[in-house]
Amino acid sequence: MIELDKLTKKFHQKGKDVVAVNEVSLTVDEGQICVFLGPSGCGKSTTLKMINRLIKPTSGRVLINGEDTTGIDEVTLRRNIGYVIQQIGLFPNMTIEENITVVPKLLGWDKKRCHERAVELMSMVQLEPKQYLSRYPRELSGGQQQRIGVIRALAADAPVLLMDEPFGAVDPVNRDAIQNEFFQMQRALNKTVIMVSHDIDEAIKLGDKIAIFKDGALLQYDHPDTLLAHPADDFVSGFVGQDSTLKRLLLIRAEDAADNAPSVLADTAVADALELMEEHDRRHLVVTDAQKKAQGYIRRRDLRGQSGAVQPFLQTFNATAAHDEHLRILLSRMYEFNRSWLPVLSADNDFLGEVTQESIADYLSSGRSRGKSSIVSPAEQVAV
Amino acid sequence: MDFMTAFQHIDWAQVVSLTGEHIALVGVAVGLAIIIGVPLGILMTRFPWLAGPLQGAATVVLTLPAIALFGLLLPFYSQFGQGLGPLPAVTAVFLYSLLPILRNTYLALSSVEPGIREAGKGIGMSFWQRLRMVDLPIAVPVILAGVRTAVVMNIGVMTIAATIGAGGLGVLILTAISRSDMATLFVGAVLVSVLAIVADLFLQWLQKTLTPRGLKAAR
Repeated sequence: MIELDKLTKKFHQKGKDVVAVNEVSLTVDEGQICVFLGPSGCGKSTTLKMINRLIKPTSGRVLINGEDTTGIDEVTLRRNIGYVIQQIGLFPNMTIEENITVVPKLLGWDKKRCHERAVELMSMVQLEPKQYLSRYPRELSGGQQQRIGVIRALAADAPVLLMDEPFGAVDPVNRDAIQNEFFQMQRALNKTVIMVSHDIDEAIKLGDKIAIFKDGALLQYDHPDTLLAHPADDFVSGFVGQDSTLKRLLLIRAEDAADNAPSVLADTAVADALELMEEHDRRHLVVTDAQKKAQGYIRRRDLRGQSGAVQPFLQTFNATAAHDEHLRILLSRMYEFNRSWLPVLSADNDFLGEVTQESIADYLSSGRSRGKSSIVSPAEQVAV
Repeated sequence: MDFMTAFQHIDWAQVVSLTGEHIALVGVAVGLAIIIGVPLGILMTRFPWLAGPLQGAATVVLTLPAIALFGLLLPFYSQFGQGLGPLPAVTAVFLYSLLPILRNTYLALSSVEPGIREAGKGIGMSFWQRLRMVDLPIAVPVILAGVRTAVVMNIGVMTIAATIGAGGLGVLILTAISRSDMATLFVGAVLVSVLAIVADLFLQWLQKTLTPRGLKAAR
């Protein structure tokens, strides 16, 4: 857990005081990712660097796991905080293994333990230890180098990780892969992370919480979906973009936006099914078995003028929604298959409801947001 | 007089001992310049305000003609009865060597990528740990380039030191000039340049050998 308590930085520049960071207070819970977001010069990087005291705070405190870090000397403090920067900063004269184990060695780990740690971390980023540990940074691609940069910061198993635009210099294709990998690693290792970014999409993808900075002040500190749904002021809404509602689609899961559509059994009479459709103003119904497992669906136009059970008119789904898929994927699928609705199914094929254009619009305009409920990041879904 | 007889009168034993002397003089002077210059270069990176004055002073020394510098050092060393001889010569060559070594050390250390420095700091390496484990190994090729410059330049300069009785191959050349002994003059001159070339090649090899593998690796 990281707590910032009225953290302030003033510079003396050209005869006048400039307040770079003004009484920023926030708490990042253990195992969560907090993204500092804002335009350049907003104080986000300065705030980050005050945590490991690369920049000395003018006033205020930083607490890590409840302990005030003010009294800890810089070197000890930094060895207990991982640090990743955009320029990566691998040491070119050292092999990959030497780079990864710099801090463990300084902490006095023996050779065997250092090596084992390096191998373990390498396999977490899908780099073959045998092939890469003895190489030099220059022999690796930019994306590979940044993976090493990240695991170097994790090598000594510091509980806290600070990242200054870590994926900013990686090309977009690799960036996505590295972000996903990092997210899995972060969840597996339960690290508390503060990441500086200027990329709202990255913040939405990785952040459990987003802190928006402007002119050295913290404007809003919220769950990404709350931020997008309820920006605190015009600056925040301008910063998150005019398509903030579309961005929210990434954060909303199918089961949240599903309506409670009725379903029928396969032996239901056609007349009853038609009546149910009439009642609910629908042109289709999902058919399930007695255990609520989805079987397929029936269409109103097939049933008209028919009699008997609906069984012969059963259609199979050509597109469905998994309960934990986010709405952006679902909307894309709906357009792809030219559907106005998708059945939402659990992992065990239970019918949970339907996602329709109306149910999505209802959710987005309802003022509900995921901020208060369990936090799910889009990266997590890729990880599953 | 054919070619071979022209060289018959030369005292080869003396030539060898003068060559040895020459190497020793330059070696001691440049060695001292490394011992003093590299730490000074490090101090300049630690305390940047030192960089201007120190480099300035070293540059001023380098602009002084060698013969004048020997002259200037004479009265100083006379006080200790060492006005003539190797001491002022070694001092002068030491001062000449200081600038290239000092400057290259400072340049190499201060041009280490800011990202490498920030990452090192950020993961909890102290100034000295970064220096020993990262900055100096990266700087070695550039520092050695400074040493090369100093050695090659000062093998020539050291011949002038014979005028103040320091010894070395300058003695051979000065005597040959006074006797109009072209053969000896030729031997002396060739030896000085061969010495410079050999030293240069050796240091080039050393530079390659000491460059960290990671800096050489192909992209």
